[in-house]
Amino acid sequence: MSNLFNSMIAWVDKRFPLTSNWKAHLSEYYAPKNFNFWYYFGSLALLVLVNQLITGIFLTMNYKPDASLAFSSVEYIMRDVEYGWLIRYMHSTGASMFFVVVYLHMFRGMMYGSYRKPRELLWLVGMGIFFILMSLAFTGYILPWGQMSYWGAQVIVSMFGAIPVVGDTLQQWLLGDFTLSDAALNRFFAYHVVTLPILLVVLVFVHILALHETGSNNPDGIEIKTNKNPKTGIPVDGIPFHPYYTVKDIVGVVVFLIVFCGIIFFAPEMGGYFLEYNNFIPANTLQTPDHIAPVWYFTPYYSMLRAVTVNFLGIDAKLWGVILMAGSVVIFCFLPWLDRSPVKSIRYKGTYFKVALTLFVISFFVLGWLGTKSPTPMYTLLAQIFTVIYFAFFILMPWYSKIDKVKPEPKRLMKE
Amino acid sequence: MKKIIINAIVFVFCLASFKLFAAESAIPLDKAPVDITDNASLQRGAESFVNYCLTCHGASFMRYNRHRDIGLSNEEILSKLIHTGQKVGGLMESAMRKKEGEEWFGVVPPDLSVIARSRGADWLYSYLRAFYRDDATTTGWNNLVFDRAAMPHVLYELQGEQKLITKASDKGEQKTLSLEKPGELTSAEYDKFVGDLVNYLVYLGEPHANSRKELGLMVMAFLFGMLILTYVLKREYWKDIH
Repeated sequence: MSNLFNSMIAWVDKRFPLTSNWKAHLSEYYAPKNFNFWYYFGSLALLVLVNQLITGIFLTMNYKPDASLAFSSVEYIMRDVEYGWLIRYMHSTGASMFFVVVYLHMFRGMMYGSYRKPRELLWLVGMGIFFILMSLAFTGYILPWGQMSYWGAQVIVSMFGAIPVVGDTLQQWLLGDFTLSDAALNRFFAYHVVTLPILLVVLVFVHILALHETGSNNPDGIEIKTNKNPKTGIPVDGIPFHPYYTVKDIVGVVVFLIVFCGIIFFAPEMGGYFLEYNNFIPANTLQTPDHIAPVWYFTPYYSMLRAVTVNFLGIDAKLWGVILMAGSVVIFCFLPWLDRSPVKSIRYKGTYFKVALTLFVISFFVLGWLGTKSPTPMYTLLAQIFTVIYFAFFILMPWYSKIDKVKPEPKRLMKE
Repeated sequence: MKKIIINAIVFVFCLASFKLFAAESAIPLDKAPVDITDNASLQRGAESFVNYCLTCHGASFMRYNRHRDIGLSNEEILSKLIHTGQKVGGLMESAMRKKEGEEWFGVVPPDLSVIARSRGADWLYSYLRAFYRDDATTTGWNNLVFDRAAMPHVLYELQGEQKLITKASDKGEQKTLSLEKPGELTSAEYDKFVGDLVNYLVYLGEPHANSRKELGLMVMAFLFGMLILTYVLKREYWKDIH
């Protein structure tokens, strides 16, 4: 039996690099042995991606991208399609959990300096994935054609209108109409189910290729490849990804699924954060809701969009909002070049970096919370203050990371 | 590192507890007695819904025969819920045309299939008990929860007529309602009637909610079993890593 199996593998190997790839990416891909809690989220992101692709295909079988049918087709899925409610909740919860997992994954990179040389390109590809993910979330949220779908999209689309000179034309080109209508729903559906998923899968593939070229970073932020066993050429602090991290990640997957299924089965609306209450009202083009709030994962950026209330430097307040909002996401791309610290990991960085990162996390949470509220003068002031803190984390980094007092890095990985 | 996150969370909660950030005060809502596993209550609610709501509002994402989930047979559904000659597998559509609704009420009465998911049970429970006489409106009715609601008090024969009482206090104006003319039901009976109706609306919003939770318990039991197995497997493999 094993002979038959081996000869089959040999047959394939002559025609396709199966064994060599298996070795290069799993059984002989050496990962640092000290991965901690924060290192589960990469594989979990992959899991959620697969969940979104599969449930998405099944939703497409019954969803109708038509402004007059979309809302009721979603309710049809929820009621009359066998286990349609489960497929839909898996997809809607998956969307939010994708952001939970990706935010934690990015935060891990920021703590341990995973964006630093030689992983700049890996970080940039990751940022590309993040942009695609945001576009997917946006186009997907429009599809149920509820009040929040419609008016949330209206806010985002009007941002393009704020761009000088070409804004209006660009907006019409995006919408395929003068207003947000059936034409826009159809094209956003096309982006959501064809264009963006293909781009996402390709970028994830490139992300993993880039990771396996440089090797994984670790909580100590030192390169395990600099200390190899002279006989075998294997990093002394490395262990094969398979079976060690495959079995470890499976435990992570089960813990994640406990949380994920807990939400799906017992709190699919997540108190209005994952499925907004107002989105159970069909889109009404004539009735603007009192309070438009995006889904939680966009609220920090939404706060920054609303934070600018006065025109300055000859630029309109609305355009400033758009610039800040776009800038708040794009600025992550510059991290590899903003960080001038001689060490990578927060474990060996000094007080300045730790304080800066703490303030950044706080501002992210506060801005996120403010984004769910109706603006009041007090909230707007807070949003302005925390927007400044948010950007200061990045803009001042070349300075504080350079003068920060760092601890010496160890030669070998430290025990957890 | 955990400290950073804990600090951030604590900070956000501290902010939220400041007086400055207190939520805009609305009229306090009463807690609706919701129990979607109580079939008797759901059946009473379904009958009331069909008799009082379905004339103007639709529940057009819901099929009549779905009510087998709450313990009714096809025959019972036909006799108790269908008064319009529709088939048992048909959708619960309103008898009123959209144009008529617009002419009579100024707006098309909204479809109620998922109303409990957008408004919430407590809002509906409070709203249906908060109608009062107001000659300034076109319908002659107003509502304490939903000012100038287009809907007249459809249930006034049951509840009777309420009057608005406005008292000035140090906290500002306080509005309460008092029953002027009693209806066919006592106040407690009316609350129970509305309670059943709202309970049914919650069920109507997500008919699979009960089976969702039942399946969820089994899935959770399976996952916790898997957790033990996968953890033991991991520990076994990692024995030789130091």
